[in-house]
Amino acid sequence: MYKMNMQDMPEMLTHMAELMDVYVPVRRGGLVNFEPFSQGVEVDLGTLKTVKSPKDFFLPQVEHLFSAQSQGSKLSVKPQDLPSSPFAIFGIRSCDSRGLEILDSVYLSEPVDKFYEARREKGIIMSLACLDPTATCFCTAFEIDPAEPKADVAMWEVVGQLYAQAQSAKGESLIIELSKFFQKADIGDIAQEQGAIREKASELPWGKLPLQELKSDRLLELFDAPQWEELHKTCLACGICTYLCPTCQCYDVQDHGTGAEILRYRCWDSCMYSDFTMMAHGNIRNSQKERFRQRFMHKLVYHPENNGGEISCVGCGRCVSKCPASLNIIKVINSLVVKADV
Amino acid sequence: MIQDLMIERAKQLLLSGEITCAAGWKRGDFITDSQPAIFESLQELENLVYDKYCAANLSKYLVGLNLKEGKILVFLKPCDSYSFNQLVKENLIKRESVYIIGIGCEGNIRLEEMQGTELLERCLVCTKTEHVVYDELVGEQLNAREARSRFEGVLELEQMSSGNRYGFWHEQLSRCIRCNACRNVCPSCNCRKCVFDNNKYDTGQKASVSTFEDQMFHIIRAYHVAGRCTDCGECSRVCPQLIELHLLNRKFIKDINTLYGPYQAGEDISAQGPLTDFNAKTDPEPGIIHQGGQADV
Amino acid sequence: MPLDKLDNLDNEDFTPLIVAFCCNWCSYAGADLAGTSRLSYPAEVKIIKVPCSCRIDPLFVLRAFQRGADGAILCGCHPGDCHYSTGNYYARRRITLFFSMLDYLGIEKQRTHLEWVSAAEGAKFAETMRAFTKQIHALGKNKKIAGGLRKELHANFSAYTGFGGQGGQGGQGAEPTEGRG
Repeated sequence: MYKMNMQDMPEMLTHMAELMDVYVPVRRGGLVNFEPFSQGVEVDLGTLKTVKSPKDFFLPQVEHLFSAQSQGSKLSVKPQDLPSSPFAIFGIRSCDSRGLEILDSVYLSEPVDKFYEARREKGIIMSLACLDPTATCFCTAFEIDPAEPKADVAMWEVVGQLYAQAQSAKGESLIIELSKFFQKADIGDIAQEQGAIREKASELPWGKLPLQELKSDRLLELFDAPQWEELHKTCLACGICTYLCPTCQCYDVQDHGTGAEILRYRCWDSCMYSDFTMMAHGNIRNSQKERFRQRFMHKLVYHPENNGGEISCVGCGRCVSKCPASLNIIKVINSLVVKADV
Repeated sequence: MIQDLMIERAKQLLLSGEITCAAGWKRGDFITDSQPAIFESLQELENLVYDKYCAANLSKYLVGLNLKEGKILVFLKPCDSYSFNQLVKENLIKRESVYIIGIGCEGNIRLEEMQGTELLERCLVCTKTEHVVYDELVGEQLNAREARSRFEGVLELEQMSSGNRYGFWHEQLSRCIRCNACRNVCPSCNCRKCVFDNNKYDTGQKASVSTFEDQMFHIIRAYHVAGRCTDCGECSRVCPQLIELHLLNRKFIKDINTLYGPYQAGEDISAQGPLTDFNAKTDPEPGIIHQGGQADV
Repeated sequence: MPLDKLDNLDNEDFTPLIVAFCCNWCSYAGADLAGTSRLSYPAEVKIIKVPCSCRIDPLFVLRAFQRGADGAILCGCHPGDCHYSTGNYYARRRITLFFSMLDYLGIEKQRTHLEWVSAAEGAKFAETMRAFTKQIHALGKNKKIAGGLRKELHANFSAYTGFGGQGGQGGQGAEPTEGRG
């Protein structure tokens, strides 16, 4: 356990930025998102959640895969190099770092996604405990501890001090690299703060959800549940929930032709969109009800079924606060469980 | 209280068989969470709420609605009634299959993390204080508000240099994540198949490899609703990245007002829309833009 | 007319790409007449024939800019002479609003132009194209609205630069001067 003065943080980040790309939460135009750090950039650690989840550092919204060019009768294919420059993301919350673990279970299992793997190897996660979980948070429902973030380096902000604890070899070497900014600290220094966070977290309105009811042996029953009809009714079929979600992982592969060459890329897909899983014969999910159901069945049933019971939601609450029709996973869980049991 | 009156009236209409369902709002997970909902029974109607968090414009939910029998009841705030009227004008809602109860509005709250105290931008510049279409009005009509001019933001941009304007829009539009919420919530965006849903035409509904697609999406979207946009402000309300989309729509509205005479979409269903109409004698030539006429730097 | 015949060119190296949308009935016939009358106009102008000026979707114009056009000129029958009676009256309103929007977005307004050219005005067609080409030449490469690669968070992504033909990295080449929000 190490600590430093919060006042020294900009200097430390400046030093870090010389070693690698550093991304920090920045408030701009009324919203907070991760942006590259350079000297003078004001870090906003006070805002609990960035609008976008940090998944796009590892799974960019658009990723170039290769380009192909035809010259006469020859076709030359130029693959995209794997990302190779180191970077760090400073100030990720517990939920979002857990979100990355869920993405790992998809992208790092066979067949491994090389681009994702390379970014995971090059990226250092520096996460920050949540001092003040807000009403839209429900991470505790998924046994995520906002007072004990999992990362390469976990950090706590306690009365003007930034405490840091390396949790991996990558984190360890980063702390050593930055040792001139840190001094040794006692793990007991943060105990009180952690206690306070946990107490707040225990009072979250949706901190307990009846997830045990969503067992995959009820798959068909849940799939055919009459509640979907009711639930999807006001869904506008926009992609806010899927694009802001730290665990939504679907992508689509597309070609961009420029006349002279083809650029093959992949981009985030959304199960809310009409051409989701569009194939040559058409679409297998033709109604919004089916697409809406897909999103939640995937998170609550299919993903756990394939990954040892791991539900692919981390309770960040982005869908709760951003859905234009105020539909979200809490409502779906409550509706499915309560009504199914009556 | 207006909410009780609304519930009571809806129940009466349902019991009498005049309506088969009702579109309104119900309480969600939080006290600030008033979500749009369709009510089909007396029991469900108990959950109907009406407060300053009922921001969703329910007109959109009526698009293409084809009831087998009876009517649907819809609660409309004054500004929503403009959207409704515009949709009737475009033959996308059958007026006779909807029963409208007009309700007063004191403005909606802008929420961040489901909390907030300030009004939405659209409510700060609201001039639509009276319903343009309704079957009956319920409760007190609390609509008069001191409003700023809604064109202030547009004027401010027009007075900037061209380069700064470009900088402003570049910053705004590069935030776009192509969630399509602005399009899907917009009552005027009602094409059965959007041009941006056409995967054969190089315009995807998802983020493209080029930044240009996002810019083009918003430019074309604003253009496609020009002359039909009632300025209901839903696009700016739902944008997760807080892009000031109303500044695009209001530019068109302002230009239409200046060049072709004042026009408010949705106000009068018999009036010809400005872009489906022309005046052979008085319409200015496009050169007015280049000559530094009204729209110059 | 070859470029070097145009007087007072600021940038000799720059060869602009200009797209002219011409209505089938008047302006395209005007271009034809310019040809048969042996009147020359710059080869940089590429004509796209449309059935009527009101067929010109702003999407066409934006797409042209994205694919490397430096200027777009729209031509149709004179008001009152539309083959379909009223098409160009509708087009007039739409295009006015569209030009105004481009200007509002900070795109140089000199990059767009509308000219009514009749089938009898071969000389006007050639002259209009000459003047517009000159104007675009003075303006230089279109950087603001050309398609550039998406600005990605991770530096490695933008290592690829061979995209977009002439447009290249135009989207990023033109850095904003000053934002507001």
